[in-house]
Amino acid sequence: MTVLTRRASAGHYLFRHVARMEWIKLRSLRSTWWTLAITAAGAVAMAVVIGVNTMSKSADLTNNVLAGVVPGLLLIGVLGVLTVTSEYTSGMIRATLAAAPRRPLLFAAKAAVFGALALAVGELASFVAFFAGGAAFRHGIAAPTLSQPGVLRAVLLGGTSYCLIGLVGLGLGAIIRHTAAAIAVLVVGVYLIAQIVGAATHAVAAYMPIFIIGNSLTTTRPVLCGGAAQCPHVLSAWTGLAVLSLYAAVALAAGGWLLARRDA
Amino acid sequence: MTWGDHMIEVRDLTKRYGPTLAVDALSFDLRPGMVTGFLGPNGSGKSTTMRLILGLDRPDAGQARIGGRRYRDLRWPLREAGALLEAKAFHAGRSARAHLAALAASNAIDGRRVDEVLDIVGLASVARKRAGSFSLGMAQRLGIAAALLGDPPVLLLDEPVNGLDPAGIHWIRDLLKSLAGQGRVVFVSSHLISEMALMAEHLVVIGQGRLLADTSVAALSAGAASLEDAFLQLTGASTEYRGHPEVPRAAPGAWAAQRKEGSS
Repeated sequence: MTVLTRRASAGHYLFRHVARMEWIKLRSLRSTWWTLAITAAGAVAMAVVIGVNTMSKSADLTNNVLAGVVPGLLLIGVLGVLTVTSEYTSGMIRATLAAAPRRPLLFAAKAAVFGALALAVGELASFVAFFAGGAAFRHGIAAPTLSQPGVLRAVLLGGTSYCLIGLVGLGLGAIIRHTAAAIAVLVVGVYLIAQIVGAATHAVAAYMPIFIIGNSLTTTRPVLCGGAAQCPHVLSAWTGLAVLSLYAAVALAAGGWLLARRDA
Repeated sequence: MTWGDHMIEVRDLTKRYGPTLAVDALSFDLRPGMVTGFLGPNGSGKSTTMRLILGLDRPDAGQARIGGRRYRDLRWPLREAGALLEAKAFHAGRSARAHLAALAASNAIDGRRVDEVLDIVGLASVARKRAGSFSLGMAQRLGIAAALLGDPPVLLLDEPVNGLDPAGIHWIRDLLKSLAGQGRVVFVSSHLISEMALMAEHLVVIGQGRLLADTSVAALSAGAASLEDAFLQLTGASTEYRGHPEVPRAAPGAWAAQRKEGSS
């Protein structure tokens, strides 16, 4: 028997190593790019349609053209779910955990890489939608510009909302681990509950994800309720951002905690 | 550090799934420089033991150490232990190359090593194809490539010959023997005694989660007509699923009556 001298490398694996693994995993799936492309294209196409059909100068034009953000959020959320659940479906999770057994580190890297990609694509979609929608205005309506009050904020936060909903999906994926069930919870949580609650009570509806995105994050000025009165319950843009971030943080914390505790 | 430091120690390892005791106070050591076979009837806890060693499942008592550390405390897990747990522990939409490149990145393993292991397992020509299109034998080879990625001094392989054709079985037998000959720990589970007789020098035999034998192949087969007989004597009391040696004949006419029913 030959006893070989091991060329032991100093140090140990770090966040950046695991993040690189997660990035290669994400970018090497064609479905990632299809989903992101459809999401961005959908937001831009909707912005153009809204731009062409806008009649009123007095509306919050920025908010109107960013309405295309909301349907695309579902796709990003589903992509977030799949980033985790597809590892369980395929058995890849065992290979991943054998490569990087420190689970909190792994989950942090996964969330960071996916969040960064969703943010980049989200901002791209939001800005392109804003300019494309503005260029489509007719009826003598001037397109809003980024230098007007609240406009840059609305466009930036519109892009941010993709990242946050994507991270909610990722957290749900880690909590539930089954694709169909996690997607169902995502759709019910982000879309359906908001519809039901919205019909019942405005005070609670203001805290629902799509209400926050539509009425707080992507607005340039407070939403008006009937005439000139400001809606009493609508959150400000920054409060809305904080609440949505809290949802993402809770989903991620629960998902990370369960990943670290459960058998894989 | 020498390879000999990477001996595996399993001490009082215990795992319960609900009321079932899957692994029951299991203790054994694995030595470098030889292939150690891990034998046991179906459902005897072989895979669970492997998962416990790799930290995928959390033991209820006891522990397993690789080179004195728990798996999750390894500095560069893939460079210290390589594992094949299940065929198809990869995402079907990713290429073999991307799968290995991702795992390599997590442990700062040079990209050239990915091509090397693809070459070793004979998948170089299909490296860029979707791994989902692979046969079971090819999937098994990809799993072995992943295990070899970090050129580790310890290899843990759960049923590696599953799905391989005779030439593939011959190949893996020679590969594992040569890896052991280089002074590595090679631990291979199987329920195929004939395969173990050809491959292993040492055997760890378990039944219903308990250690039945920890002995050399020569010593075990010396006490019986064949290694198979020795194995059956050893595991006779702990075989959970047992069939009848003969198929009882159906009552005369029963088959014809059934056919008549089926056609009406």
